[in-house]
Amino acid sequence: MRWFWIDRFDEFVRNEHAVTIKNVTFGEEPLDDYMMGHPHYPHSLVIEGMAQTGGLLVAEPSGFKKRVVLAKIGKAIFHRQALPGDQLRLQANIQDVQDSGAVVAGSVTINGELMADLELWFAFLDDRFGQGSLFPPAEFLRVLRVLRLYDVAVDSSGNRIAPPEEFLAAERAEFATG
Amino acid sequence: MSAIDEEVFSKVQSALVDALGVDDDEVTPEATMVGDLGAESIDFLDIVFKLEKAFSIKIPREELFPEDILTNANYIKDGKVAEAGLAELKKRMPWADLTKFENNPRVQDFGDLLTVGDLCRYVQSKL
Repeated sequence: MRWFWIDRFDEFVRNEHAVTIKNVTFGEEPLDDYMMGHPHYPHSLVIEGMAQTGGLLVAEPSGFKKRVVLAKIGKAIFHRQALPGDQLRLQANIQDVQDSGAVVAGSVTINGELMADLELWFAFLDDRFGQGSLFPPAEFLRVLRVLRLYDVAVDSSGNRIAPPEEFLAAERAEFATG
Repeated sequence: MSAIDEEVFSKVQSALVDALGVDDDEVTPEATMVGDLGAESIDFLDIVFKLEKAFSIKIPREELFPEDILTNANYIKDGKVAEAGLAELKKRMPWADLTKFENNPRVQDFGDLLTVGDLCRYVQSKL
């Protein structure tokens, strides 16, 4: 099953912030099932979307070598519901990065109106949790391209960011073998 | 042990209430962070972050968590902290009350040593 709760990146500044867009449609399964007769986008999936936005923001500077997992939701305050047709703008700002984790402040708006205030804590998995990446590199890069991360990603000086070399090598190897 | 400043305690208390979802009255100077307040490892990141912001200080991880001492073969014997290790811990953590731990200094018990009072005294030592 697909588990992507953001549609694409709109802004990405390494070590600083990222903005993603999520379009809510009536055609999505969670809206139908969540509350009969009153379709709205579950708040838990807004949190998951922010975790995906913030998690990629926190992992990118290490070339995605850091294995980042959502460890704690410090704050989740919702001010309104997201309805079919709404477009969510999820902004994640890095607050602090330490050796074993990071914290991101998130705000979600719909048409400029504040929908949610979030604070998410990410932990970096160490060797106790095995070794190796969480996702196959070529497949992961495909997802990042679909999300248009590298269309907008820049470093703090405004220089464009490219995918890690080993991801590109894995992608080339996949193309070569068909 | 030095006395705990009321203002420091109140800020530490509010950081712990916020980070751990506990009630004000659970946060007493004697309460242990892990056993009594249920702090997990990720919570310590959160707590350190909140304290750094509240007091405008920097908290290096090794100051609160002397893992280098607890994993140093020179200081550990049969799962317990040896005399030299205890001396090193006291030097590193003068703000912590190690009296009870000293009676049976099992490394595995160190994780639940830190109390709210210790944390307050540590913060005071940084101000």
